[in-house]
Amino acid sequence: MITITDFLIVSAALFCVGLYMVLSKRNAIQILIGIELMLNAAILNLVAFGKYDRLANAGQSFALFAIVLAAATTAVALAIILNVYRRYKTIDPSQINQLKDE
Amino acid sequence: MSLERVLFYLLSAIVLGSALFVASSKNLVRSVFIFFITLFALAGLYVLCLADFVAITQIVIYVGGILVLILFAFMLSGRETLGVLEQTNNRLFNIKKLPALLLAALFFIVLVNILFKADIDKTPWIQNAILNKSLAVNDGTAINNLGVNFMTTYLLPFEVISIVLMIALIGAAHLSRRESAE
Repeated sequence: MITITDFLIVSAALFCVGLYMVLSKRNAIQILIGIELMLNAAILNLVAFGKYDRLANAGQSFALFAIVLAAATTAVALAIILNVYRRYKTIDPSQINQLKDE
Repeated sequence: MSLERVLFYLLSAIVLGSALFVASSKNLVRSVFIFFITLFALAGLYVLCLADFVAITQIVIYVGGILVLILFAFMLSGRETLGVLEQTNNRLFNIKKLPALLLAALFFIVLVNILFKADIDKTPWIQNAILNKSLAVNDGTAINNLGVNFMTTYLLPFEVISIVLMIALIGAAHLSRRESAE
């Protein structure tokens, strides 16, 4: 029998790896992958709690909602990254430092 | 040690190991492909939670959709994406990464500390769930129940999320088109 704490510790570790990627990477796509890791950690939490809720299925339902939202987020974020690349010729977030048009 | 525990440790080792590899890899394409492995192993962990439909959705949407989208964006934005990576010096330990590493490690310590303090296995509602036999069981009716719940209890969030998804996809298609009108 795997307890819920085991799943939560794995999820916390996954979240911290994602946090490290978001903070340290110089590339927008890698930052996006870090955000995906953090979202996956949250989904793992939802699924682990959903094991104790057989009739209402709240955990699994909202895990599915979170997966769909992650898909929508990624699509929009990648469109924004493509636009940023077209305009600035770089996707390093620390070099994108002006708002005005050229 | 039961087979379930062995599988759990194996899958979580794969998840965390591949996630660490994704975080530390200098090569963007390689880290995207290793991210595949992370997502597959996570789907295995969902199966261990008896959430098989979520596991299938994870594989279909994440591996089939999101990762292919990331690979496409990476290939469309050309070689300069790699150039950003090659500018950084190739030392194994970079002093600029120290604050991020420190913050992530400290946050992990805080989270684990809270988890052990909260002692979630002993909370009343979990104990109630075990007493009332509302623990998920592997009898093949879980997906049926999930579908019924989607169409009754969670109908409003279900419809809202479909509209959000449509708006987001139209917005993404609008944002990423070529600007020829200017």
